[in-house]
Amino acid sequence: MRQAFIDTATALIDADPRTALVLADISAAAFERAALKHADRVLNVGIREQLMIGVAGGLALTGLRPIAHSYATFLVDRAYEQIKLDLAHQGVGAILVSVGASYDGSSEGYTHMSPMDVQLLDTLPGWTIHVPGHPGEVAPLLTAAAAHDDPVYLRLSTQTNDIAYADASSLRPVRHGTKALVVAVGPMLAPVLEATKGLDVTVAYTHTPRPFDTTGLRELATSGNVALVEPYLAGTSAHVISEALADRPHRLLSLGVTRRDLHAYGTPADHARWHGLDPATLRTSLTPWLP
Amino acid sequence: MTVMDVEPLLRRLTGDEKHAPSAFSTLDVLWVLYDRVLRVDPRRLDDPDRDRFLLSKGHGPAAYYAVLAAKGFLPHDWLDDLAGADSPLGHHPDRLRVPGVEISSGSLGHGLGLGVGTALGLRAQGRLEPRVYVLLGDAELDEGSNHEAIAYAGATGLDSVTAVVIDNRSASHGWPGGIASRFAVHGWTAVTVDGRDHDAVEAGLRQAGEGAPHVVVAVVETKGS
Repeated sequence: MRQAFIDTATALIDADPRTALVLADISAAAFERAALKHADRVLNVGIREQLMIGVAGGLALTGLRPIAHSYATFLVDRAYEQIKLDLAHQGVGAILVSVGASYDGSSEGYTHMSPMDVQLLDTLPGWTIHVPGHPGEVAPLLTAAAAHDDPVYLRLSTQTNDIAYADASSLRPVRHGTKALVVAVGPMLAPVLEATKGLDVTVAYTHTPRPFDTTGLRELATSGNVALVEPYLAGTSAHVISEALADRPHRLLSLGVTRRDLHAYGTPADHARWHGLDPATLRTSLTPWLP
Repeated sequence: MTVMDVEPLLRRLTGDEKHAPSAFSTLDVLWVLYDRVLRVDPRRLDDPDRDRFLLSKGHGPAAYYAVLAAKGFLPHDWLDDLAGADSPLGHHPDRLRVPGVEISSGSLGHGLGLGVGTALGLRAQGRLEPRVYVLLGDAELDEGSNHEAIAYAGATGLDSVTAVVIDNRSASHGWPGGIASRFAVHGWTAVTVDGRDHDAVEAGLRQAGEGAPHVVVAVVETKGS
């Protein structure tokens, strides 16, 4: 996904004089050639994430379309107040593109993990949040985001599904059943499909948890049982689903990354297991919950 | 019109609590900027080639509002209801509500980063005429975000940026060696002036040159003195 981002952003900078890229050293080498060609619009501010977002806000105030990029934990967690004030409160947007996700950098430890990035951005109004599940989904999402001025977060991961879905801004049914709707966000689709093999459930996929497709949710959640499986903090979208289904009896199971700091390294697969997001543990959580 | 004409406007904002113009640390610098330096026009608020003035030190904006009112950016009757429920003027300015206000500020340490981004955005679009002025307070320099911006603007020679630091010695731990040296060490041109002397402030602002960002440290009375 990171390479797809680099290729697409490079092409956008070439094609559209409105597009600008702000980096804080992360991925700077990958944009070296773009920086030589467009020195005024490919800006590496050094390891200064507060400034990266401040600069993005300033660029947007002059009418450019900034893309700011780093690890999720540095881009969102560290610079949260700049996102709140230098973008949102000024009434301007930007495209924030992160790598690292919840625990892609598991061997680096908790300092390089951000399971809370989506929930942090969810405290602010108006953000579109894309969590692609496949590298093939990255280019169309980024290209579409570059064409307007609204705030967009594109959360890239090394965890991927087998197939790219072009039409997954809304809830896209991948498997049909009757007892429950299981919503898989981004790279959670692959483990969810494995976990629900043989179960009588509908599995729906989306790479865009904000705005959440509440219309599709209401159509698909006919059983009243909804399980939500998100690759970031558990329950991040629970409030949206509860609100969308407030007028009808329903049960909601929210699965995702737990709030625990595990103080552990290992692989992303280890962390998925420890947080209950591997296929086997997902199935163990889902089976007794199903009616 | 002189800065003394701003006094009745200030009085409308603050009542009699603060009545002498000298009670406002930023007033003379703001007056010099709007009266002599900034190329801005209330009739052309969206002119892409206007100078940008960013009030980073967003607290205590009475002098800012009064100068904007004196220069025709906002109706004088707005000054009578500061921070009221229906008032566009609050204790920190909001760019979406006040004509001529370039950034919403209040939380310290945001203006210089936004100013650097604004300067870069103008340059990328070939707009080389406008300057970007950012007004900060000396205590505001405690915020590390400013130092990210100072270092980067200096290293890249971002010469369309002028910072103005109002020094009323309100930083809790001070700035040993002086504020100007903090900028100069990163390659800025720096000048320290009497923040009440209009000619000195103007001369300091006009010393901005090519190849380096510029800072004017405007020294005023010590806070609380």
